[in-house]
Amino acid sequence: MFKDLKIRIAITAVVCLAALYFLIPTFVSNIPSPLDQYLPKEKIHLGLDLQGGMHLLMEIDTDKALESMMERTSNDLKESLMENKVRFRNVEKAEGATISMELTDSAGKTVLEKVLKDRFPDLEIASSSPRDSGQLVTLKINNKRAIDLKKLTVEHSLETIRNRVDQFGVAEPEIIPEGDNRILLQLPGVKDPERAKNLIGKTALLEFKIVDEENSLDEALRGNIPEGSVIAYGTREDKASGQRGQVPYLLKNKTLLTGASLETAKVQISDRFGEPHVSIKFNAQGAADFDRITNENVRKRLAIVLDGVVHSAPVIQERISGGQAQITGNFTMDEARDLAIVLRAGALPAPVNILEERTVGPSLGSDSIQHGILATIIGSLLVILFMVVYYRLSGAVADLAVIINIILILAVLAAFQATLTLPGIAGMLLTVGVAVDANILIFERIREELRTGKTVRLALNTGYDRAFITIIDTHVSGIVAAIILVFFGTGPIKGFAVTTIIGLLASLFTAIFITRVIFDYVMQNFNIKKLSI
Amino acid sequence: MSMELIKPGVNIDFVGKMKYAVIFSSILIIIGIGSIIYHGGLNPGIDFAGGSIIQVKFSKNISADQIRAALKSTKLENSTIQQFGVHEFLIRTHESFSDQKMLAANVEQPLSTAFNKDFEIRRVEVVGSKVGSDFTRKAIIAVILSWLAMLIYVGWRFEFRYAVGGILALVHDVIITMGAVSIMNMEFTIATLASLIFIIGFSINDTIVTLDRIRENVKLNPKQKLGDLINLSINQTLSRTVLTSLTVFLTVLALYIFGGAVIHDLAFPMLVGVVIGTYSSIYIACTIVLTFEKMKPSIMKRK
Repeated sequence: MFKDLKIRIAITAVVCLAALYFLIPTFVSNIPSPLDQYLPKEKIHLGLDLQGGMHLLMEIDTDKALESMMERTSNDLKESLMENKVRFRNVEKAEGATISMELTDSAGKTVLEKVLKDRFPDLEIASSSPRDSGQLVTLKINNKRAIDLKKLTVEHSLETIRNRVDQFGVAEPEIIPEGDNRILLQLPGVKDPERAKNLIGKTALLEFKIVDEENSLDEALRGNIPEGSVIAYGTREDKASGQRGQVPYLLKNKTLLTGASLETAKVQISDRFGEPHVSIKFNAQGAADFDRITNENVRKRLAIVLDGVVHSAPVIQERISGGQAQITGNFTMDEARDLAIVLRAGALPAPVNILEERTVGPSLGSDSIQHGILATIIGSLLVILFMVVYYRLSGAVADLAVIINIILILAVLAAFQATLTLPGIAGMLLTVGVAVDANILIFERIREELRTGKTVRLALNTGYDRAFITIIDTHVSGIVAAIILVFFGTGPIKGFAVTTIIGLLASLFTAIFITRVIFDYVMQNFNIKKLSI
Repeated sequence: MSMELIKPGVNIDFVGKMKYAVIFSSILIIIGIGSIIYHGGLNPGIDFAGGSIIQVKFSKNISADQIRAALKSTKLENSTIQQFGVHEFLIRTHESFSDQKMLAANVEQPLSTAFNKDFEIRRVEVVGSKVGSDFTRKAIIAVILSWLAMLIYVGWRFEFRYAVGGILALVHDVIITMGAVSIMNMEFTIATLASLIFIIGFSINDTIVTLDRIRENVKLNPKQKLGDLINLSINQTLSRTVLTSLTVFLTVLALYIFGGAVIHDLAFPMLVGVVIGTYSSIYIACTIVLTFEKMKPSIMKRK
C-alpha cells in the first residue's frame, strides 16, 4: 500500500498520537485552564451497567389516544348533527376507535355525509345497515389520518417525556424512539427508581370538572348514574389514624379546562400547616376561561382531577380572576415537586406502559468496573506473556500491537462517544485473544518459510503476503457476526458487539500494518541474519 | 531454537480418524439435546421468558433458605434464590414487577423485617412478556442470520461445498454449547446469545484458515487425492489453530474467573464454544467437505 517506510512510520505515529489525544480527558482528570480548550472534553461514556442507573423501555398506547380522540369527536359530532337538524339516537364511542350511531330519518345519511365532509374530514363511514326507517352507522378515522395521529402521539409523548426528564435533573439522559410506538430511556445515576418511573410514566392529565350536586351520589353509587355525569374517586387521609380511604364524587362529565391551559406550576408551602401544595397559573386563554367558569359556577364545587383521581373539590366562593389556583391534597415535598414538573411539562397524549426495566445500583456498577479491569489486565498479561515466551522478540512486537489495539479501541469509544459496558470490556479482552491470531498466522507462516531455507527478508515478505488474505477473511467474518449482534442485541450486549467490531478493525491495522512497519524498520537499519521468532 | 508446541512436519492422520470424530460429536449432540429435553427445553432467563431478577447483597453471611423463609407468603414465595458471589443472591421470579410498589411490598419490606436492613438491592431487572417474546424471535433470527451470513461469505470466498462444511460445523458448535449450558442448568440469556454469535464468528475463523490452506494445496498439487491434501493442510495449520485457540481460551478463562458473576452467562458458553469450535473446524468441517467430494468428485477438478 504505502511502500515508503517513512510514510508508514508517520501514519503509525499520527494514529497513535490521535488515539492518545482522545483519551486525555478519560485518564487525566484535572486539565489546567488554558490547555483544556485545545483538548477534547468527552470521557469514555460508561454504560448503565457500569455507572449505575435505569434503563426503561416504554410503550405508548397509541390506540388509547385514538379512542379518546374519538370520544371527544363524538361529542362535537352530536352538536354538529343537531345544528344540521339530523335526527339521531345513541351517538357513542364504540369498540376500538369507532363511533356508532343510529339515524332515525331516511335522509339522515346524506346529511351525515355532508357534515363529515365539511366538518370532520378525518372520519369516514365504516359500515351502515338499515334499521327500521333509518340506518345504523359506524364511523371510523380514515387510515392515513389514524397513522398520522399515532405518529403525532408518539412525537408528542417523546417531547413531553424529554421535558420531564430534563426538569427532573438527570445528567446525560438518553431518550430514543424505537420502532413504531416505543421509547427507550437510559437514565444514568437515578437513585430513586420508583420516583423516576412515576414522574415519567404518569399521564398527568389535569382536568377541572363541576361536582354534580343536583343528583344524588348515593343513588349513583347504587348504579343509577345520571346521564352526563360520572363517578370519580379521591383519596383522603384520616389525620388521626393515618389511614388512606377512598372518597367517591359524582362529577359532571364535561371537562371545563385541562392542564393544557397552564402557563406554569410550582411548589409552595401553605402558611398554616407548612404543607406543600402546587400552585398553578393559567395562560391568557386559560385565565379567561377560568374566570368565566368560576363566575358561572359560584357556590358550586369545582373538582380538580388528575389522571381520573379527584385531588380536591373546593367550593367556588367567588369569581376568580387572575388565573391562579392551587392543588392541595396531602403531598410530600417530593410528590408536590414531581407534580409541578409533570404539570409544567404537560400531559402525555396517551398512557404509557413500561415493558422493560433494568436498574443497576452504583455499587454494583463500580464492582463490575473493577472486575472488568482485573479480568482484562490478567487476560491480556497471559496472552502477552505467552507471545513473548513463544515467539521471543517477534512476540514482543505482536504484544506492542495488542497494546496499541486496546488503546485504539478506547480512543474510538471516546472519540465517537460510544458506550463502554461490562460485556464491552469482555469484548475488548476477547479482541486481544483474537487479534494476536493475525500475528500467530503470520509468524507461523514465516517459520514455515524459514524452514524451507529462505532468507529472513524473503520469509518475512512471504509470511505477510500469504497470511494477509486469510487474515482479511477471518476479520471480515468476525465483523459480520458482530454486526448481526449490533442489530439484535440490546444495551450492554450491543456494547459487546460494538467494541468487538472496533477491536477487529483496529487489529487489521495494528497486527498487519504496525508490526510490519516495525519489522521493516529493523530490517532496514540492522543487519539481521537470524530472526527471533 | 524456537519454542514449538506442535513440531513442524507433524503428520497426524486426522482424515483416517474422522469416523471416530463423527461418533464423538454425535454423542455430544445427543447428550446436549437429551439434557435440553430432560430439562423441558432451554431454561430461558427473564430476557426471553419475562419476569424479574432482584440482586441483593447482604452485609453478613446468610443462606438462601433464610431468604426463602423471609419471603414466605409474599408473591416471591416460589421464586428461585441463587447464591451469586459473596453474601450476594439473585432472586428470580416469573412475575413482572412493573410496579415498584409491588417490589417494595414483596421484597424490601419482608427482607427488612427479617434481616434488619443489613442488605442492599443492587440490581432490579424486569422484563415484560411482550418484550420477552420479541427478544426470543430476534434471538432465533440472529443465530440463523449469522449462519446464513457465514454460509454466503465462505461460499463467496471459497466454494459452496466448503461453505456447507463450515456452516454445519457452526451448527454443531451451537448445539453442543447450548447443550453444555443446559447441562449446567444455566439460564439462556441475551449474554448467552451473544456468546453463541461470538462462537460462530470465532469458529468460522479456524475453518477459514484450514480451508484456505486446503485450497492452496489443491492448487499446488491438483493430482493428489483430496483426503491426503486435507490431512496435509490440517497438519500444516495445526500449530496456528492450537495456538490461537489457546490465546482466546486464556482470555475467556480470565474473564470467567475474574470478570465477576455478572459476566458468567457470557463467559461460560464461550469457554465451551472455543474448545468445541477448534475441534469442529479440524474434524467436522473437513469431514463434510470430504463427504461432499465423495458424492461429487468432479466439482473439484473444475475449480
